[in-house]
Amino acid sequence: MSYANLRTLLPKNDILNFAVLALILVVVLPLSMDLFRLNLIGKYLTYSFVALGLVLCWGYGGILSLGQGVFFGLGGYAMAMFLKIEASSPENTAIQSTPGIPDFMDWNQLTELPWFWQPFHSLTFTVIAIIVIPSIFAYIIGVAMFKRRVGGVYFAIITQAVAAILTILIIGQQGYTGGVNGITDLRTLFGWDIRTNEAKYIFYFLCVFMLFLCLGVAQYVRKSKLGRLLVAMREMEDRVRFSGYDVANFKIFVFCLGSAFAAIGGAMFTLQVGFMSPTFVGIVPSIEMVIFCAVGGRLSIFGAVYGALLVNWAKSTFSESFPELWLFAMGALFIGVVMAFPDGLAGLYSKYGEPHVTRLLDRFTSSKSKTSGDSDLPPEMEAEGGNS
Amino acid sequence: MSSSNTDFVLAVEGLTVSFDGFKAVNDLSFYVDKNEIRVIVGPNGAGKTTVLDLICGRTKATEGSIKFRNKELTKMKEHQIVRAGVGRKFQTPSIYGDLTVFENLEISFPRGRSVFGALTFKRDAEVLQRVDEISRMIFLDELLHTRGDLLSHGQKQWLEIGMLLIQDPELLMLDEPVAGMSVSERRKTAELLRTITKDRSVIVIEHDMQFVAEIADKVTVLHQGKILAEGTAEHVKQDPKVIEVYLGH
Repeated sequence: MSYANLRTLLPKNDILNFAVLALILVVVLPLSMDLFRLNLIGKYLTYSFVALGLVLCWGYGGILSLGQGVFFGLGGYAMAMFLKIEASSPENTAIQSTPGIPDFMDWNQLTELPWFWQPFHSLTFTVIAIIVIPSIFAYIIGVAMFKRRVGGVYFAIITQAVAAILTILIIGQQGYTGGVNGITDLRTLFGWDIRTNEAKYIFYFLCVFMLFLCLGVAQYVRKSKLGRLLVAMREMEDRVRFSGYDVANFKIFVFCLGSAFAAIGGAMFTLQVGFMSPTFVGIVPSIEMVIFCAVGGRLSIFGAVYGALLVNWAKSTFSESFPELWLFAMGALFIGVVMAFPDGLAGLYSKYGEPHVTRLLDRFTSSKSKTSGDSDLPPEMEAEGGNS
Repeated sequence: MSSSNTDFVLAVEGLTVSFDGFKAVNDLSFYVDKNEIRVIVGPNGAGKTTVLDLICGRTKATEGSIKFRNKELTKMKEHQIVRAGVGRKFQTPSIYGDLTVFENLEISFPRGRSVFGALTFKRDAEVLQRVDEISRMIFLDELLHTRGDLLSHGQKQWLEIGMLLIQDPELLMLDEPVAGMSVSERRKTAELLRTITKDRSVIVIEHDMQFVAEIADKVTVLHQGKILAEGTAEHVKQDPKVIEVYLGH
């Protein structure tokens, strides 16, 4: 990749954004927090995967999904199924009437592992399944909706319905899914205890690493022509269609990508928190995830991360002291964001903070590169229908 | 299919569309020659825009056939029709306000139209050169890096025309391209239309009879979904039926 291409993909401001986020997540937080708090941050970060997917789907593509919990859950459950099988070795479950199957199956009078649990003996399969199963599911929903040109509010409502259906299904089929309690009591990964402090650190950094991987993919997508097409579709779908594009395919793609991000987040959640349950699948968590995205700024991939961190941090702090007031605060926050600063924290930053930062950056870099005749890229290389 | 192959670029035969029994276009037939500029006029509700919608696939025909270079369009999807070489400009300027003029044109450049193609699309010399060329043609070469939202109404109309030009369609359909333009913008647009129509066929919907006379090879007058008159601008202007239902008002 040539220098010019790299500059297109990563303008100065975004390099700064990546660097600041990396500094916070890799250095500042791990050094300043005890493990309990850091583990909480790791948990919040798993939601930022979902918010990141929503930035592309909703912020860029205008596709509001109120059912991202579905994909978060699918990813999380896939991970949990693998860990649960390992935790249910015949030695560990010797007191059950059927040793060697997960405890909740035993309680529900199942005598053998159901067929769809079998492949989750393999970690390779599990890792693939975490990304592929939610993507296929999203693809089916996407084809069914977008090829028929269902969009906007109708699409949002249908995703809500899917979230509700999946929750009911998981709770109803407790012999296969662990029901309302979810899949709990996860212990080891290839014999390595995942509940130790060391494991928690490792999973935290794994989570940060995966987040940056997803951020990188998201950055590539939004800087490609596909990113600009999403913005174009959001504004003037017919014009895109009559420019020779099959609009539905682009919507399906971005919806699948957002789902894959959410699923990776879900898997990271299971690893760090140690269980997965239907409370992270349903309508309420799905809407909360949209709020994280909105607060952070639905046009900013970095905003999504900060939004998820901040709202969740506020939620924890606030609900420790006033548990019953939190929901009202959350509602007020969402209304406030939509009414007062629709582009979220990122919008505020790009309006008030970024101009100063850019000036500083320019002064810094121009003093170094004056001799190389380095001219700034034309603005079209930077604009992507929003801010970063 | 009853229609046969022809030398025409566009052959519309027996075209009918009914919305809940109301026939917006009723058994319409007309033919557009290579490099012809055809103007469609008619009172409000005559079905002019519907005809364009039918050709570009936005509305499905109830009956009849539309053949573009002997290819049946009525069964094709919108994006396939565009790829076959039919470009359509909408009545209200449809551009992407959040994108710059450059990006608006770039998206319309006919390459990388699949998901994978869009992901791997590169701004190479060919793209830059085409965008440069088109932007000069539509008088926007100085505004390449301006957001679409900030353009004037007339400039938006030109931009949309430019977005079609960059696709290099064989048949260009323009729905009221000078509506809402100032006199000087109108003059520039007429000049623009003359340059862009050199090697393609064009269908224009227009109300301004003076403008029509200036650009048209042939005029089709529609009334209640049917053809009232067809011929040169001079010819239809004198037609008593046309004066009665359209020009007289």
